[in-house]
Amino acid sequence: MSSLLRPAISLFIGLSVLTGIAYPLAVAGIGRLLFAEETAGSLLVVDRRSVGSRLIGQHFTDPAYFWGRPSATPARPYDAAASGGSNLGPLNPALSEAVRQRIAALQAAHPGKLQRIPVDLVTASASGLDPHISPQAAACQVERVARQRRLPPAQVSALVAAYTEGRQWGVFGEPRVNVLLLNIALDALP
Amino acid sequence: MSSHAWILLGVFLAVLLPTAKPLGIHIANVMEGRCRFAGRFEAALYRVCGIRPAEEMSWLRYASALLLFNLFGVLSVYAVQRLQAELPLNPLALPDVRPDTAFNTAISFATNTNWQAYGGESTLSHLSQMLALCVQNFLSAATGIVVAIALIRGFARQRATTLGNAWVDLTRIILYVLLPLAFVEAIFLNSQGVVQNFVGQHEVTTLQGSRSGRPLDLGQTAEATPNTPPDAAATPAAGTSAQRLAMGPLATQEAIKLLGSNGGGFMQANSAHPYANPTPLTNFVQMLSIFLIPAALCLTFGRMVGDLRQGWTLLAAMGLIFVILAIAAMHFEAQANPLLTRLGVDPVGGNMEGKELRFGIADSALFATISTLAACGAVNAMHDSFTPLGGMILLIDMQLGEVVFGGVGSGLYGMLLFAILAVFVAGLMIGRTPEYLGKKIEAREMWLSSIAVVLTPLLVLGGTAIAVLLAAGRAGIGNPGAHGFSEILYAFTSAANNNGSAFAGLSANTPFYNLTLAAVMLFGRCGVIGPVLAIAGSLAAKQRLAAGAGTLPTQGPLFVALLSATVLLVGLLNYVPALALGPLAEHLLLRAAE
Repeated sequence: MSSLLRPAISLFIGLSVLTGIAYPLAVAGIGRLLFAEETAGSLLVVDRRSVGSRLIGQHFTDPAYFWGRPSATPARPYDAAASGGSNLGPLNPALSEAVRQRIAALQAAHPGKLQRIPVDLVTASASGLDPHISPQAAACQVERVARQRRLPPAQVSALVAAYTEGRQWGVFGEPRVNVLLLNIALDALP
Repeated sequence: MSSHAWILLGVFLAVLLPTAKPLGIHIANVMEGRCRFAGRFEAALYRVCGIRPAEEMSWLRYASALLLFNLFGVLSVYAVQRLQAELPLNPLALPDVRPDTAFNTAISFATNTNWQAYGGESTLSHLSQMLALCVQNFLSAATGIVVAIALIRGFARQRATTLGNAWVDLTRIILYVLLPLAFVEAIFLNSQGVVQNFVGQHEVTTLQGSRSGRPLDLGQTAEATPNTPPDAAATPAAGTSAQRLAMGPLATQEAIKLLGSNGGGFMQANSAHPYANPTPLTNFVQMLSIFLIPAALCLTFGRMVGDLRQGWTLLAAMGLIFVILAIAAMHFEAQANPLLTRLGVDPVGGNMEGKELRFGIADSALFATISTLAACGAVNAMHDSFTPLGGMILLIDMQLGEVVFGGVGSGLYGMLLFAILAVFVAGLMIGRTPEYLGKKIEAREMWLSSIAVVLTPLLVLGGTAIAVLLAAGRAGIGNPGAHGFSEILYAFTSAANNNGSAFAGLSANTPFYNLTLAAVMLFGRCGVIGPVLAIAGSLAAKQRLAAGAGTLPTQGPLFVALLSATVLLVGLLNYVPALALGPLAEHLLLRAAE
């Protein structure tokens, strides 16, 4: 056993330096060279101020903005310092109650307009930071946003369509709308 | 199941299977010393470490070397976490990790489980992530692979007393397989938006926050509509204008987390976090990289025992079970929660609680199946919020013993134990001494295989029973009723099979769970590796007999059927009563409440 001791400890140290220091530093260096914006967090700049990340959702409550999905991050919604989901099981009464309240709030904000509610608009995402909603969830908010901003609904609809992404490469994932990008574009309308 | 789900599954298999063979043959070349592009570095490393690369080891010495090597891993992970406040690269000035949590994490990452009792971004410094966890992601994966290689050598060699040199095997698999693959994948992940920096948190003022005070230039024209957003009740007025974006060296950790079937994410939300898995394309690549090495190792096995068909047979059995379970999971998750449908939610969307929109139902359920089958444990959706039957599929994935693809190395050696069981069962039916690859399977091998196969269910069911009986165990439950039982069953299933995913509603960061689950992970890993290496030693000493007229062929469709039936029977029968108490009961209750 003692003849194994020196190889064990020195190989452990050698491989630790290689995989725990050299590897992350090398990738950080090359990544920064090739993909500077992406490795830094895909930050968005509006009026020379960074207002968030293209990849991380934000909590919108103002009726003049499109709203994103409910977020279950513990301290406050869309807390990007502590990601996570609700972990509520399907039969948990707390889930039904939360969804019931969200539906009531949505119906109050869109009186008589919502027949079937898109599921993503009333269920919490896995990360609590989901930047997207479904095209259906965006569509049912168009009229509200247009009214609040005194814009023709067709113009808002066209903007939603412009910000709707299809499946990646036609095969992967789901059609979706990035809420933060859409809202920035709304603000930029004349 | 939607047409998208079918296409996704088809594309996945169409990309995975052709890549498995070249990689498998590359691994065989590496392990047989034919690939030496970093030969000088390797030689220098051996010289410094006092390693004589030509020295061969007996099975016992090989096992001792791995044990000692991993012991240093445990000590190092524990020490780095306990000292992180004093160490550099801690931009958030996070305090030292609690002893029981640090101990659990050390065992968890050294055993390739990567069960996480902590939330990454709020607990660990960048140095802890890199020097403790990222390193273990490589070393524990390498350990699994070299054990599988040693077992393959046991089949391939004749009248031999040794299985190779553990130090050389560990070094080569890291230098020529894991590190290059991880490097390429990390750069690819960068290109899609996975961060790689050393910032602690980047603070921004949110779009809506930056407008408050100077409202939208709409003045009094805005109509007074009830403007309560979906979850306004939970929103404190303050704190909504600032958002702190946690960052760090994610890409390097995520790449090896998937390739090494580790699964421990940098962030609490793991591969659901947009910085860890930003696009559907990264999600696809992540799914591929989980299965890549386990699939390739089947063909490494075929190549090293001199008959590739033997490898394809194992891969076919794995693929068959995978396809069935993947279809089941995607089907169940596409079902809407009937309780929500009754409230007015459109059932077309399926079960979206705890899922990311960019992945939707199919890409989430497929990822979950792959990750639970492969002993990876990464998640891109919250398993705790799956439908009862969808969650049951994930439990079954792990309860099959992590042999359907399984962990890197551990999946193959686990599957070979089942192959030994299968030829034994067949041998009983036809009244002949069982043989596998020309090696007689005798009492010693059967004894050792049985220990390895029976140990995990014992740990799972015993651990669950104890936790359910004790107040400290029940205290962690996050969901009422049958689902609470499922949470505990899932935790012990995940730990004993070294998977690492969770029904995360269970509050497991308590001394009770940290210590019991650490013990279960340790026995689940060592209790299988020990017997596997002992079997390898005893097989290596035997002669390889030529196949005769009465030999059961272990390649081809007949053996695929026999092997997959053995896996399903042995795996499932142990757990049926427990599954009835958890997910099945919950499913019936959900239907009744409808």
